[in-house]
This record gives sequence, structure tokens and C-alpha cells, in this order.
Amino acid sequence: MGEDTESSKGNHSFLRDYVTEADVISTVEFNHTGDLLATGDKGGRVVVFQRETVVGHKPKGELDQVGETGESGEYNVYSTFQSHEPDFDYLKSLEIEEKINKIRWLPQQNAAHFLLSTNDKTIKLWKVSERDKQPEGYNLKDEEGRVKDISTVTSLQVPVLRPTDLMVEVRPRRVFSNGHTYHVNSISVNSDGETYLSADDLRINMWHLGITDRSFNIVDIKPANMEELTEVITAAEFHPHHCHLFVYSSSKGSLRLCDMRASALCDRHTKLFEEPEDPGSRSFFSEIVSSVSDVKFSHNGRYLLTRDYLTAKVWDLHMEKGPVETYQVHDYLRTKLCSLYENDCIFDKFECVWNSSDSVIMTGAYNSFFRMFDRETGRGVTLEAWRETSKPRAVLRTRRIYTGGKRRRGDVGVDSLDFTKKILHMAWHPEENIIAIASTNNLYIFQDRVSPDTQGPDLGSDTI
Amino acid sequence: MFPKGTKRKFSDSGDEPAAGGEDVNQPSSVAVRMLSSYSLQRQSLLDMSLIKLQLCHMLVEPNLCRSVLIANTVRQIQEEMTQDGTWQIMTQALSAANAAAQCSADRLVATEVLCRQTEATQGEQVLKPFPAVGSEGCPAEEEVVVEGEGGVTMSTVSPQAPTSYLPGTFGMDPCWEEENGEDEEEDEDSEECGSGSEEGDSDRLVEDSRTAEQVFGTFEIKNPAPSPDPALEELFSDVDASYYDLDTVLTGMQSAPKMGPYDLLESLSSHGPSPLSSSTSCRSDLNELDHIMEIIVGS
Repeated sequence: MGEDTESSKGNHSFLRDYVTEADVISTVEFNHTGDLLATGDKGGRVVVFQRETVVGHKPKGELDQVGETGESGEYNVYSTFQSHEPDFDYLKSLEIEEKINKIRWLPQQNAAHFLLSTNDKTIKLWKVSERDKQPEGYNLKDEEGRVKDISTVTSLQVPVLRPTDLMVEVRPRRVFSNGHTYHVNSISVNSDGETYLSADDLRINMWHLGITDRSFNIVDIKPANMEELTEVITAAEFHPHHCHLFVYSSSKGSLRLCDMRASALCDRHTKLFEEPEDPGSRSFFSEIVSSVSDVKFSHNGRYLLTRDYLTAKVWDLHMEKGPVETYQVHDYLRTKLCSLYENDCIFDKFECVWNSSDSVIMTGAYNSFFRMFDRETGRGVTLEAWRETSKPRAVLRTRRIYTGGKRRRGDVGVDSLDFTKKILHMAWHPEENIIAIASTNNLYIFQDRVSPDTQGPDLGSDTI
Repeated sequence: MFPKGTKRKFSDSGDEPAAGGEDVNQPSSVAVRMLSSYSLQRQSLLDMSLIKLQLCHMLVEPNLCRSVLIANTVRQIQEEMTQDGTWQIMTQALSAANAAAQCSADRLVATEVLCRQTEATQGEQVLKPFPAVGSEGCPAEEEVVVEGEGGVTMSTVSPQAPTSYLPGTFGMDPCWEEENGEDEEEDEDSEECGSGSEEGDSDRLVEDSRTAEQVFGTFEIKNPAPSPDPALEELFSDVDASYYDLDTVLTGMQSAPKMGPYDLLESLSSHGPSPLSSSTSCRSDLNELDHIMEIIVGS
């Protein structure tokens, strides 16, 4: 995992493509300052990267030369730990996957960092702390910890703290288990800093970070008769500022904003965001492609970003009748839905993210492509996260899918798209234009050198 | 289970009345052809969906969202076919074909136990309580499957279609409550927790999230992009690939479906174990494969 170096060329291309299932990255998340980046994989491991502290400052806005090292701070491995182990549900005779579904950082309160990681069933709170000092000079134990022979102790000494090599310790602080019968798809830390929610297919629970043996159930859409089940919860998130508000999305394409002050069980929504279906474009796949795979509040808390199979939509919290912006991510797939249904690609769950100023949204696609849309101009670009075509520190060039008209060199035909290379997970630095893209077992970190600050990155003129 | 060709003939003939009996030949025959093409597409989509629902991960709980979406698609097709009147014809055809097709069930991937289950549930209408401990010495994993009927889908289907025609494929048997009340997961919730702790919940869950219909055991790997199962390929081998382009036919556009290359791992794994082997072997095969690849790569 991590940024891969160029592997040896030669006739071993098929070996290079071999990916250990356990190394596939399943979630990516920056912490609140952006100095730490956590990834979770299918093998239940979490890798935390830390940004190098910048040595020597350059005035902002100056173009960095391609090839120079370390000015803007690269991300290096900080800590690796096994978060979840494969488990077995003896009652149902089913395995519980150790795959990390989501990681969320807690806002930092002291020198240590805390993150929540979850698999299908269990959420864990991890404490990541540094130790750079070690007590030395014990009277009864020697340096290796062995008990000293009393007869050799002739004088009394006071143990002192001496600096030592930096050690990163990771310890599980809480284990929130047995809260979910179905698969957990989302966790979200509340702005109150004390609680968080976890959502599975049919229920949403609210936990206190300090209490592991019970949780509040705040949403329950399980029907009394499971045969009547037609809708599941696909994602949920707390409002960034209002600790009583949260949103959850469904497989039918609707979003529900709930206010916890209204009632203990928020089965009745405060607001329902739903776009009426266009009767002209209805097909057997309409419902499947309308299923929302991810929902994110904007940083300012006024908008919602959702991703369904073919589009990304921005919703205004004050307008329930439809999205205010719709972006076509890969509309050329609309005619291929039957094949995508056959090979199950239609059920892929893509994530979507905002940039720090809420002016740009980003989401993933197939063939190692991902898309960025500038909300002000409405324009989008296609970029590629694929090591064959991008060397470290090279400038990303935009890509195009050929859908008709004049074909340019470098255009990719729809039929030659690789549907096994999907960009599902991604994260955007909370303050700067740095993005982390997960592509199977590789993590790509891209930095905008031209405009590293909060303004939107220079997207150029290529559009799809 | 799905005798090739038989259904389609019936659904074709079932379309005739829908086309109407106009005097003018030319437009009506075109209309008939379009309609039967549409119904063929719809039928193949239905078949695909049913197979998807039935291919179950024996090791891990299948994705409930995916199962619900597929089930909704099936329901939608079924509603449309009921309106067309083709549903009744198909069900009759299937019930006739099923008796004959019993012996050819092994053409599709199925475990021994599931064949037993097929016979057991054929023709059943209402509640049949299965013993909690499983029937006739099923191994533990199958026991839960056997218990699970009528979970996720289709209470709407049962009143409209006779339950005998699709034994177990549609979860015809309505749900029954498993009364053993083992709710370890719910134990942790205090009275503050609003979620119900109805007994049998955890038991029902498995079949709920496993789509509850008759399960065909396969060696499907837990992989995001399952590669074509040889048994499936056989099933669809006589079907023109263009049938799958339901949307293109409906929208009048032409395009050839073509997917990119699959990962080596997936293609290796899919042709590995034999169809009738228990799916637990797929996991060990994967480990074996990992091991072999490690040796080759030398890492």
C-alpha cells in the first residue's frame, strides 16, 4: 500500500497486475488539519500517513518546480496497525469481513490523535500517540526490564526521562460492538465532540464516545414484515455545525434530514429531498441507478452532495423538491446499464467529496478515472490515477472519453474502459488542494502546486 | 430449473393478444416483433435477476442493498408482466416444465442439500415450520438457508401467482417466526435503545439478507466483479448477446456491450474448483492461489 514506486518492467505485466485482495484500499480520510491521512483496507489494516513538516518556507503562490523535493510536505507512513480481524458469527454461520468500511477522525483535543474505524459490525476507537521520551534509571529493573539482583544495588537514583527515537503507539480505546445486525456503511462524528452515529442498512444508532455497551437507535426503517422491504439506508452523516441534525440517504434516491430534537426516534424526517422521476426516461434500471451511494454535507453546512450511479448532485438544504446542480459523471454508461447490471458494476458505490471552499466537487469513475466539477462554471474534467501514465511529480493531464464527434488523440473509447479499475474512495484535504485517491491497492496523492490554497484548482478547459 | 427455450416460446405466444388483431399486416407484424423482442429482453432480465438473487455467498452475508435493488427490479418486471398477462402463461409453463426439469437441476450449480430442498418445497403453499435444528441432517450452514424462505421479496407475488410453479425461487412460503429467541446482538441494548429485540430477528436476518429464496450454492468468490460462472454461461449460451441490451432496444440505439479484461485473480479463481464442491473450498483455493502467487512473485 502507499505510493507505489515503479516496479520492474518486463514480461511480468500479468504478475504486476496481481493484487492481493487484502491490500485493496476500502476507505480514505484526512484528519481535521490534513496533516494525517488514514487508509483502511480489506485486510482490516489501517495505515496512517503523516505530512512532512515543511522545512524552509516559500512565499505562497510561487510555482514550485517539478522535480524539487519536499517543499510542500509529502505524506509518509506514520503508523500501521491491524484494526479488525476476520470474525465469525456462530449464530448465523457466517463470516464477518474484516474490511474497513469507514474511518473517521475525531477533532484533536490533546497531543494524541483519535480515529474511529469500522467493519461490517464493530466500530473501534483508536488512540494514536507519539512517544519520544523514555524513563531511564530505575532502581529495581535494569535497562532491559529485567529485575536487578538486589545485592548489586548500592545507591538510590531517580529515574529521568530521556529523549528516545520517536515511537508511534496505537491502542484501541473503545470497542463498540453488538450494535448492528446489518452491515455498517457509515459512521459520522458529531460536532458536539461527544457522540457519533453509525448506520447500517436498516438502522442508525447514536453512540457516546465514552460508552460502549449501549447506543441510542435513532432511525429504524426495518419493516415488520421483511418481505415488504424495498428500501435500505445507504449513507448517513451529521451536520457539520448543528449537532441535532443529520442526513441519511436511501437506495431509492431520497435524502432525509432529521432533527433529533423532534423525537427520540427519527423515523419521521424533518425534510425529504427527492427528485421527481422523469417518466420519459424510466427503465428497469431507473431505481438502481438512482440509489445514492454517498452523501456529504458541504463545509459551510448549507448544501448536500450526493452520488448516484451516473450523476453527482448538489442539493440546497432549503429546497427539497430537487437538486440545485446535477453533474453527469459518466453518462455514456447510460446505454450500457444492462451489461453493467449483469456484471454487477451497477451496484458499485462511488464516494464524492467537496473541496475546502465548497466550490469544487470530486467523484470517481471507471478505468482509474476520477472527475472534478467546478461549481461556479459547471465544467468538469476527467483525470486519471494510474501509475503507468503518471510518474511521481508529473503534472496530471486531463483525459477524455470519446463519445462521438471529432476524436482527439488520447481519447478513450467507451468500449475499452476497464471496469475493474474503479475509483470508489477518495478524500480532499480540509484546507488545501491536496487529494488522496484510492485505486485498488494504490494510494495516489495529488497536490495542486499552482493554487495550493483554498481557491479552486485550475481545471483548464477540457470538458467531457 | 430454467429449461432453456420453453419459457420464451410461451411468452412469445403470450404476446400475440397484446399485439391485437389488426387487419393491416405490415405495421402490426413490426409491432409484434418489437413487442416480442421487448418481452424477450424483459424475460432475460428477469432470469438474470433471479439468478443474481439466488447466487448466494455462502461464507459472507450478501449485500442487502444489492439484494433489495434486484428484488425491486424483479418485482417491477413481474408487475409489468402481470399487466401484460404473460405472467400467468409463464407460471403455467414453468410448473409443467419443472417436473421434467428436476433431473437437469444439476446443470446449474447446486449443492446436494439444495436439491433436497427443492423437492421438499415444491408445491408447498403456506406455512411449513422447519425445525430449528435443520432438516434431515443438513450441515450447519445450510440449515439456516433451509429455514429461510420468504424473506426479502415478494409478498406481492404470492397472491397473483400460484405458489407451486417456482418452487423456492421466489420465496413463496411466507415467513415464519423462529421462536428460539437467541438475541445476543440485542442483549447490549438497554431500554434506551429503541430498536426492537423481537426474537427470531437474528435468525430471520440470515435469510433476509441472503435474499431468502432458494439458494444455489456456488463457489462465487467475494469479489466486486464476479466473473461469468461456467454454469451461467451455459444457461445463456444460446441467447444472443444483443438480448442483454434491453435499454438499447428500448431507446432504439445500438451498442455492443463489452467489458474490460478481468483481473487475473478473478479469472483464475472462477475456473478453479468444480461446480459441485462446497463453497468453503473457494476460500482455501484463494489462499492456495495467494500462496502460489507469492512463490512465483518471490515476495
